[in-house]
Amino acid sequence: MTFNELSWEALAFGAFTILTLGGALGVVFNRNLVRGAVWLVVSLFGVAGFFVLLSAPFLAAVQVLVYIGAIGILFTFAVMLTRSMTNLSERFNKQAWLSALAAVTLFLLILLAVIAPIFGEIAAPSSEVVATTEDLGVALVSGDKFVLPFEVASLLLTAAMIGAIVIAREED
Amino acid sequence: MIPPLWMFLTVAAALFSIGAFGVLARKNAVAVLMSVELMLNAVNINLVAFWRFGETAPSVIGQSFAAFVLVIAAAEAAVGLAIIIAIYRTRQSVVVDDVDMLKW
Repeated sequence: MTFNELSWEALAFGAFTILTLGGALGVVFNRNLVRGAVWLVVSLFGVAGFFVLLSAPFLAAVQVLVYIGAIGILFTFAVMLTRSMTNLSERFNKQAWLSALAAVTLFLLILLAVIAPIFGEIAAPSSEVVATTEDLGVALVSGDKFVLPFEVASLLLTAAMIGAIVIAREED
Repeated sequence: MIPPLWMFLTVAAALFSIGAFGVLARKNAVAVLMSVELMLNAVNINLVAFWRFGETAPSVIGQSFAAFVLVIAAAEAAVGLAIIIAIYRTRQSVVVDDVDMLKW
């Protein structure tokens, strides 16, 4: 793809990349955690945009509802409940430089091992027809597809909810 | 025409690495959990990108996998934040270096 044939998808991709990675850097480098939670929401919104680009509208909607709506608020609550810790004088622990080195090495390794072999090769999706949200819904409740993982996931969510209440409850 | 697969993978790799750095380097446990969420989202971008580019016939396997990752992430955030609040109540701190009673 050259710059002469910039399509709206390429522009949207660039915008979502800036949102996602900029938000992520904001989360990691911001000292104030309330602002960090807002940056997290920005980053998650960018990821929802990627889902739209990849023709997964249901996932994009769930990303906005669950991540931005629920988890964003959950993090804001946690930051406010631990108020004296919101603005630590030191953001990073003693191994920050080592961690940065590890993260950069990880990124370069992925670039070298995974992305370099397919660079410029898989330019377009192999199928123009995409499964719809209806197909996803049917697959999640049909017996020969994902009904068992679906039920296990709902059981896990219930258990996690009860567990969270029990753990965070005031001792009496 | 959406951008080629390697672009999505590069963004996801960058997002995962930023999240990994946050997990390793931040002192505040809430910030560590936020970075874990970033890493899970990077994985989801990869799953959906491979689903979109790899499927030859319409199927929902990649999308449902990503949906399950989302469910697990929600459960993880709820339990993790509950643990952090419980620790804050007993120790008045959420700095991960202060909670080292399992270290010897």
